[in-house]
Amino acid sequence: MSTTAPRTADSGGPLTTPGSSKLDPVLFGDNQFFGINHRSEEKAREQAMRFQDLDAIMAVIDDAYASGIRTLMCTTHDRIADVVERVRAEPERYDGFSFFPCMPYAHKYADAVTESGILGALNRFMPDEGMLNAMMRGGRSLAKKDIEGIITLLVDAEMAGFAGVRTPVVWLQNVVVDLLLGLGFTDAFAIFANHVRTRYGAEPGFITMNLPMLLDHLDQAGIENPLVCSNINKIGFRMSGGVEAYQDALAKRPFRAVAMSVFASGAIPPREALEWISAQPGIESIVFGASSRSHIESTVALVREFEN
Amino acid sequence: MIRVGVVGLGKMGLSHLSMIRAHPDVSVEAVVDSAGYILGVLSKYTGLKTFTDFEKMLDSVELDAVLIATPTRFHAAMVRTALDRGLHVFCEKPLTLTAAESAELAGVAAVRGLVTQVGYHNRFVGTFREAKRLLETGAIGRVTHLQAESYGPVVLKAKGTTWRSKRTEGGGCLYDYAAHPLDLATWFVGNATGVGGTILGSVFSESTEDEVYSTIYFADGVSGQLSVNWSDESYRKMTTRVSIFGTQGKIIADRQEIQVYLRSTAPELEGYEPGWTIRSTTELTDEVWFYLRGEEYSAQLDHFVQRIGDPSLPATNDFASAAITDRIIELLTADAAAGPATTTLVGETTASTSPKARRGSLLGRRS
Repeated sequence: MSTTAPRTADSGGPLTTPGSSKLDPVLFGDNQFFGINHRSEEKAREQAMRFQDLDAIMAVIDDAYASGIRTLMCTTHDRIADVVERVRAEPERYDGFSFFPCMPYAHKYADAVTESGILGALNRFMPDEGMLNAMMRGGRSLAKKDIEGIITLLVDAEMAGFAGVRTPVVWLQNVVVDLLLGLGFTDAFAIFANHVRTRYGAEPGFITMNLPMLLDHLDQAGIENPLVCSNINKIGFRMSGGVEAYQDALAKRPFRAVAMSVFASGAIPPREALEWISAQPGIESIVFGASSRSHIESTVALVREFEN
Repeated sequence: MIRVGVVGLGKMGLSHLSMIRAHPDVSVEAVVDSAGYILGVLSKYTGLKTFTDFEKMLDSVELDAVLIATPTRFHAAMVRTALDRGLHVFCEKPLTLTAAESAELAGVAAVRGLVTQVGYHNRFVGTFREAKRLLETGAIGRVTHLQAESYGPVVLKAKGTTWRSKRTEGGGCLYDYAAHPLDLATWFVGNATGVGGTILGSVFSESTEDEVYSTIYFADGVSGQLSVNWSDESYRKMTTRVSIFGTQGKIIADRQEIQVYLRSTAPELEGYEPGWTIRSTTELTDEVWFYLRGEEYSAQLDHFVQRIGDPSLPATNDFASAAITDRIIELLTADAAAGPATTTLVGETTASTSPKARRGSLLGRRS
């Protein structure tokens, strides 16, 4: 474990909104730590090599902390559990630090489905293997409480790694949100939201690539003023429904927007990207990932500049 | 509204169902699966009409098209039934387990004037489409060689329990993984005239292969190499890359970017300069109406829907094209079964040059 003291913020202090229920204006993402890069396989592999060392991940998180960032919006990848452990072990060093878990880590499930089928995969990730089997016996169809049971048990399994750290928001990943959205399985959103609120006292969030369509379905599910994270960027990259529909939603619809992919995976220069974002109404927060201190600092500096 | 029935609700079927149900020009009339629990959930929570029997579904609802995503061994019979009833068919890849059957079904569909498509989604990836466009304009001159690779972390231990781990049912790395880079290769450089040196190797699997390596001979003297491994956990997910070598340059494409090297003697091409030009998926990808797991999956379904509306639109991935890929899969299977065909120099004996024998003697000395 690294023993150096954390660097202090270079300017401006923590990027938080104290005394408010609003999210911090900047959330730190974790794609870069797990070899996810939407523009280059080579870059993704370089990052996977660099960040297989936990100290390398922690060094970047420390840089983010020093720049004033207090939230890591992260997948439920196995390796995040190690990050959580470091943060939990040094509460003073990471004072005010929060995790926003995004679940599930979908590739884990997708590969398990390929290998064992849908039921087999569910079985593997359910805490009590016998339960699902009991439900399925005799081929009886699943009752509503069974579905609720499965969803909540899966959430609990994903949340287990975050015990003892702050998780004020729990997100449902876009691959699941959008799968349910396309299927029309709107009730699942309410089940998730309800469980996250009651069991974890956290705000449920929904990540989507189809913002305008999702807002309609969250309305139907009775989820008021929902927290929704989606790509929002000047060039319309992965904004299904089109930039104008997104801008219309931001201006008129009651929801709390978190913008991701604001740089469109590097296709838009940072200043131009953030200037455009700051001109959009209703964006509560942005999430971005970076691997170097200079990138983190320059991004934070731009956000502070446009905030004023 | 195009009325669609979705058959098979496994990993691919569910995601197809989600995307096509969100399509503004499509109405999903019914779904079919053998697993009652999935049907129960869908009927209760999404209002979809569900069936456990394909024919019963066809008898009960009026359809224009079916989307078939069952295990591969069921494809041939279901596709035939659907075509006989005059339905347009989108079928998951590979089309069938024999090239002859795939070609025959392509013929049936052509005679009946029905729209067909197979789920080779890579042909809808922006970077691969750009590679295809560049090849058609002759950007890299005469193509001499192509290398098609796919790697990913599917089988990482010995026991699998689904059809995907059984070769006889259309499982295995060749059908499930290698079909994708192969299909891209035929799209880029045409049909194969033969294959050689094929290896279907096992890393973990007991009843199927996890690795596929082969030399493929294409028309016009183009050579190709296929390298596929679905037991490679150093990849986060399936990664497909095609490198194409030509007399005037080369193209390396994967899902994220296309890297093009042009010699100074290459023909002039807008947006490309001599030396390297790198273009990314962000600039080459068209927006889709609904995004679930990559624009290409949405785009291929939209292509199917558009072609049903206007069958004169040029086809991407119709049955005839998928039958070419199925034929090469069959060639690879036969070539691998024939065993190694190796060339040794006159006077050498296999025993003294075989790496296995050498390794044996080294071990012998140590012990």
